[in-house]
Amino acid sequence: MTKKQKKMLYRIIAATVLVIIASFLPVKGYAQLAVFLVPYLVIGYDILKKAGLGIWHKQVFDECFLMAIATVGAFALGEYREGTAVMLFYQIGELFQSYAVGKSRKNIADLMDIRPDSANLLVDGEVEEVDPDDVEIGSLILVKPGEKVPIDGIIREGNATLNTSALTGESLPREVGVGDSVISGCVNMSGVLTIETTKEFGDSTVSKILELVENSSMKKSRSENFITRFAKYYTPAVCGLALGVAVVPPVVRILMGNSPFWGQWVIRALTMLVISCPCALVISIPLSFFGGIGGASAKGILVKGSNYLELLSKTKYLVCDKTGTLTKGVFEVTSYHPVEGVSKEELLETAALCECFSNHPISKSLKAAYGKDIDGERLTEVEEIGGHGVTAKIDGVTCAAGNEKLMKKLGVEIISTDEVGTQIHVVKDGTYQGLLMISDAVKPGAKEAIVNLKRNGVNKVIMLTGDSKKAADAVAKELGVDEVRSELLPADKVTIVEALLAQKDKGECLAFVGDGINDAPVLSRADIGIAMGALGSDAAIEAADIVLMDDDPAKIATAMGISRKTLAIVKQNIWFALIVKFACLALGAVGFVNMWWAIFADVGVMVLAVLNATRTLLYKK
Amino acid sequence: MKKTYQIEVDCANCAAKMEEAAKKVAGVAEATVSFMTQKMKVEFEEGADKDVVMQDILKACKKVESDCEIFL
Repeated sequence: MTKKQKKMLYRIIAATVLVIIASFLPVKGYAQLAVFLVPYLVIGYDILKKAGLGIWHKQVFDECFLMAIATVGAFALGEYREGTAVMLFYQIGELFQSYAVGKSRKNIADLMDIRPDSANLLVDGEVEEVDPDDVEIGSLILVKPGEKVPIDGIIREGNATLNTSALTGESLPREVGVGDSVISGCVNMSGVLTIETTKEFGDSTVSKILELVENSSMKKSRSENFITRFAKYYTPAVCGLALGVAVVPPVVRILMGNSPFWGQWVIRALTMLVISCPCALVISIPLSFFGGIGGASAKGILVKGSNYLELLSKTKYLVCDKTGTLTKGVFEVTSYHPVEGVSKEELLETAALCECFSNHPISKSLKAAYGKDIDGERLTEVEEIGGHGVTAKIDGVTCAAGNEKLMKKLGVEIISTDEVGTQIHVVKDGTYQGLLMISDAVKPGAKEAIVNLKRNGVNKVIMLTGDSKKAADAVAKELGVDEVRSELLPADKVTIVEALLAQKDKGECLAFVGDGINDAPVLSRADIGIAMGALGSDAAIEAADIVLMDDDPAKIATAMGISRKTLAIVKQNIWFALIVKFACLALGAVGFVNMWWAIFADVGVMVLAVLNATRTLLYKK
Repeated sequence: MKKTYQIEVDCANCAAKMEEAAKKVAGVAEATVSFMTQKMKVEFEEGADKDVVMQDILKACKKVESDCEIFL
């Protein structure tokens, strides 16, 4: 509890005791007024003061004003005990609210807290503990086992295993050694590291992420704006209504020749004022979104604003990039088809040697599959023919590795297969050796992710790719994607997304998922841009609205699940609060609801709404 | 120029009122208040003296919510 809350607690206890004493004192009239005024002022002096200040500043319709009018009104009617009790319960409710809100705010904030407290700066071999903000670029810092890496940098000394779970939500240990760059926020699990910093603390990954998440509650959702606007009209409206209830029926009764019953109608009006306080609505909505964003960030999903979390739940179209998003984006040799008399190893060796000087992704995958060190001296007359392949002399023997076009050029008869992927044909000394298939492997979990997305309300999953139609169709079939557009240029992707945006109904949302590196224009064009595998990529974090720190497609479904749950809770809270309030208001106007119910309608509803809002944190899977 | 300030405010509705008040202060291009993080983010207009503007914001906020605090 804060100091302010403790002080309030003491005031509540004192006032409660005083009210009980006052209730048992055998006094009447002004003496009774005097004994109840003591606890009333103990508990309510600040409310009266704020109400007075509010009127002074022409800010009439706040809750302090409502409470002041209601309780002063009760006193004026001789209902001293009710007046004091209403104020007392209002303050208890306020205390409980501030405690509950403060507590859940702290829970969420802790969840997102990856801020390192200090850095161990190395100065002339001595370790000095300093504020990370004071470490300059190029300084050496020491990170011991169990500590967080405070600032981005490059390892100069030591080996260690790093845990990235604070950033990605998955604990996937990563081995690092001298020369590797490390990202702040990772936890060192073993070994002492000496790191040369490459960024200032303010530009480091940790600071960027923290800033992003903290700012997210500044971008308000439509529900939140709606409620703020609603509250602006609602409070004056209810005050007017209450005034009407206080004045109109008695006047009508007088006109009809009956006695007016002023007291009864004024009490009803006051009850309505107590019920009307809009705080339950105003507090629970941002709290729900904050909880949802906090829960998501603990799972390695950074949402840049409440508005995006809201939009995500309405996503009906999910457009995704193929390479790097649904597939690993790493080419692998998937099968070998040597001709008779040639072994698999020979085929691979020839291909790998031919391609060993090339930096093309296909060459890299051949080298990776070969696995052994390649002696470049064996090669002479290497010639790379763009769009075809490579010809070279291995140990003086003419060889070639490349696609169908190259084989045609060389006039070699080839075999073919129906398998999907890129075919690499190999020729040695003028004779055909066979072919290797290279393809991009689908990510594990990609298929499940698409099933889960559909379960979360996505109607159509559309895959865009620059890859060949054959390869794209095969992946689409395997994953259960609804629509494929293949052989696209980067600019075509924007055109397609724009066409889809024009096609969809209002209220439906289109999300685009990409790896964030070459997709920036599409990411910003879609209603929601989701970047994947963004850990360490500033460009991706910059361009997207939602950032998945690792590259697991299942996280898209998780993000949507969190978004839908948050929105469900927001809706529950809005409806629950409005229904209870309006029901109590109506019943209060006709006298079925007394002050005690009025307090429940105000404070009870708010507390329930706050507790409900904290459920957003608890999203599993 | 943008700057973020730590604030102290007790209720969400009051935070919304502070935001409204801050937006109307001369020299403020945009202001947002987050009740959750207890922060106010102010974007100043070109050439505005931020210290003067912040004093005005504080005054305006105190007017709508006497209990609030902005830590300058």
